[in-house]
Amino acid sequence: MRKTPLNQLHRDLGARMVEFGGWDMPVQYSGVINEHLAVRNAAGLFDVSHMGEIEVSGPQAFEFLQYATTNDVSKLIDGQVQYTALCYESGGVVDDLTLYRFSADRYLLCVNAANTDKDFAWLQGLHRDSSFADLTLVNRSDDYAQLALQGPQAAAILNKLTDVDLSALKYYHFAIGPVAGIEMIISRTGYTGEDGFELYCSAADGPALWQQLLAAGAPLGLIPIGLGARDTLRLEKGYALYGHEITADIMPLEARLAWITKLNKGPFVGREAMLNAKQAGLPRQLVAVKLAAAGVPREGYPVFCDGKEVGYVASGTMSPSLKQGIALALIDSAVAASDAQLEIAIRQRHVPADRAALPFV
Amino acid sequence: MDFPEELKYTEEHEWVLVEDDVATIGITDFAQEQLGDVVFVELPEVGDRFDVGKSFGVVESVKAVSDVYAPVSGEVVEINEELPDEPEILNNSPYEDGWMVKIRLADAAELDDLMDAAAYQEFVEKD
Repeated sequence: MRKTPLNQLHRDLGARMVEFGGWDMPVQYSGVINEHLAVRNAAGLFDVSHMGEIEVSGPQAFEFLQYATTNDVSKLIDGQVQYTALCYESGGVVDDLTLYRFSADRYLLCVNAANTDKDFAWLQGLHRDSSFADLTLVNRSDDYAQLALQGPQAAAILNKLTDVDLSALKYYHFAIGPVAGIEMIISRTGYTGEDGFELYCSAADGPALWQQLLAAGAPLGLIPIGLGARDTLRLEKGYALYGHEITADIMPLEARLAWITKLNKGPFVGREAMLNAKQAGLPRQLVAVKLAAAGVPREGYPVFCDGKEVGYVASGTMSPSLKQGIALALIDSAVAASDAQLEIAIRQRHVPADRAALPFV
Repeated sequence: MDFPEELKYTEEHEWVLVEDDVATIGITDFAQEQLGDVVFVELPEVGDRFDVGKSFGVVESVKAVSDVYAPVSGEVVEINEELPDEPEILNNSPYEDGWMVKIRLADAAELDDLMDAAAYQEFVEKD
């Protein structure tokens, strides 16, 4: 199993460790609910060093990325971040990612840990088979440690350790500068729906950054957060997680990701299949539901409407903020478009599930 | 971690307290800690009958679903009505306020198959 540079620090903190995508990661420290609420009310620190980083540079980097990804890279300016996806020709998703533009000919892709090798091989294949020859692809995943500092107190905590003007750093933009004397990418992004930052430093500096942030943030309520709360936090905001809402068999258009799928930007991988599917009518749609009774909807549970199975739960949990079962379910489009009552099968019971707006919280 | 002397234990991490012919049943401190924050509890109804080893309820944490198995056979005579509304009681007080059901013993000899506190502690630490 692979370990991040912070592995020993997690063990020292008494974290419960689990295998996640081939990595030995902390699932919780003080408890999922406590950690979840800390991020909503104060701040939390996540080790996300397992995430992959792929650098694309060269004169044709822009054209290549415009072809390889679903979102419109021409909208990005230097220092800006874009949420986007890599798709197969079939329209299914290779991975979702954030794309960083350093300059017109240099970009960094932050991808899901378990998909890093697959993504890199996919990009190499596209590069080989495409006419965009003049660029370089480098898998830099081992070079970086990545920490996410998230929550309403995140900016106040980071301010203590940096002279970089955070008030000038807008959401989905990044700066490069020192935090606690360590040079890094300071990105105002995250996966929690709260204000916050994702910090990319050299792998060797990761442990020092973690300790400095925890020390500076503790008086403001900062605590370490494991993967358990990372999942409940993203689900309350309706953010997709690869392998659940999006997979090789699910198109972004089915998963409420039309906003990152720019069908009019010109050719890109998967576009033709998406246009065809859109014309034929997408069979499934992702919907958000809240359980109308006690219970916890979970991944894979069948969804019923009028006694007929119409889909399944892609992700579900007990929302720590709402104290209610919430789920994203992939269901038949016609049912999704109607306001017919849904039910989720939990063991022997069919529990009514009401449509909900996103974000849940 | 707590292993009260007066209780009997199963390998599935339930505890049993016997008073006359009634067994009070819950999940152990070890079980609640392994589960993490309990967010949902499903209990049987008074009058339901269970054979030893059969699932009589479900405990769910944020991440996991766990069946709870009858350590002894018998009829449910009382359930802890507070648990479904306040499942976190299972984390805070697994051996007292977090009791789950009371079962009237059908066969007291089944108690002989349960572990005492020392044996359960050894079982858990070996695990």
